[in-house]
Amino acid sequence: MIVTSALIIWKALMCITGSESPVVVVLSGSMEPGFKRGDILFLHMSKDPIRAGEIVVFNVDGREIPIVHRVIKVHERQDTGEVEVLTKGDNNYGDDRLLYAQGQLWLKRQHIMGRAVGSGFGAPLAIFGEDLPGPNLALRFLPYVGWVTIIMTEKPIIKYILIGALGLLVITSKD
Amino acid sequence: MARDSGIWQNSFIFISVDFNFSLRPKIKRQQLQQRQGTKTGKKKKMHSFGYRANALLTFAVTILALMCAIASLSDNLNTPSPSAQIEILNINWFQKQPHGNDEVSLTLNITADLQSLFTWNTKQLFIFVAAEYETPKNALNQVSLWDAIIPAKEFAKFSIHTSNKYRFIDQGHNLRSKEFNLTLHWHVMPKTGKMFANKIVMSGYRLPEDYR
Repeated sequence: MIVTSALIIWKALMCITGSESPVVVVLSGSMEPGFKRGDILFLHMSKDPIRAGEIVVFNVDGREIPIVHRVIKVHERQDTGEVEVLTKGDNNYGDDRLLYAQGQLWLKRQHIMGRAVGSGFGAPLAIFGEDLPGPNLALRFLPYVGWVTIIMTEKPIIKYILIGALGLLVITSKD
Repeated sequence: MARDSGIWQNSFIFISVDFNFSLRPKIKRQQLQQRQGTKTGKKKKMHSFGYRANALLTFAVTILALMCAIASLSDNLNTPSPSAQIEILNINWFQKQPHGNDEVSLTLNITADLQSLFTWNTKQLFIFVAAEYETPKNALNQVSLWDAIIPAKEFAKFSIHTSNKYRFIDQGHNLRSKEFNLTLHWHVMPKTGKMFANKIVMSGYRLPEDYR
């Protein structure tokens, strides 16, 4: 039941850094107060054109860790329909050109992994951490799951220990 | 979950089995247990603590997910009526950069009333003003000039004088006499659920014919 599905979610989360995973953890505070460090985003990339204001997750060439920021500029070609995009974190002062690769001024569609849209079950999902008690109390547990991933990114040995422990759990559990 | 409530039914069956054993010894034990649906000679065991905790947790998570979905759906009941006006107070300067791209600096007056967009489920409103125009090379150009985060309903009605926060640079030198729209976009970020976005398009703006 919940243990097996939690295991599946856990394994999915562990594959995040450097892979085309549909689940991302917000690693920095550059989108606060909207997304906090540790929040989980579920992504999907639809064929719709990328427009200003959308929150996208993208990979920069040569960097493992995807970045979750908002699109502030869009230039779409007449002939090819190709799009060049500039992003910026809500909480940052300047745009993302400093984060892009050397000499790169724009993001293109191939760099973008997905869009964070909103509540889910089949659609993209963004779960927000919240400081208020009450009905939001349970949502706080989801951000903490994301913290495990942050720790694993910073100390990869923990990743291997966890994989080993979970493997043992799967073998020995009767469920 | 259905099996948990079956504990009472199982105890009832146990009592009836004992009763049957004492008063009707003629009925074979095997037949009785088959009627119950258990294997021959095996007693039904109680659920363990782990099993119950597991079932309870699954139930709780399901209910939580349902509550989040309902909270999200409640946002659909809200019918917002936002309004906005943007006025270009001054073209500060309008130049061609050394690389060949046009750049313009503007001072804007942005007035808006977005209070009707807030519901109990709204965490914040992210708004931005974008200049949108077409050029021979690009079917669409969207350049964000200014943005803000509105954390609560009280701040949603405002009037602000500002120069453009982000540089208005074209890909090329197409901005002379360019007609463009100024669009106020808002993204509603909920406490739980789906994000909504919409906009008000204000057209009829035009850049000067020559560089200044």
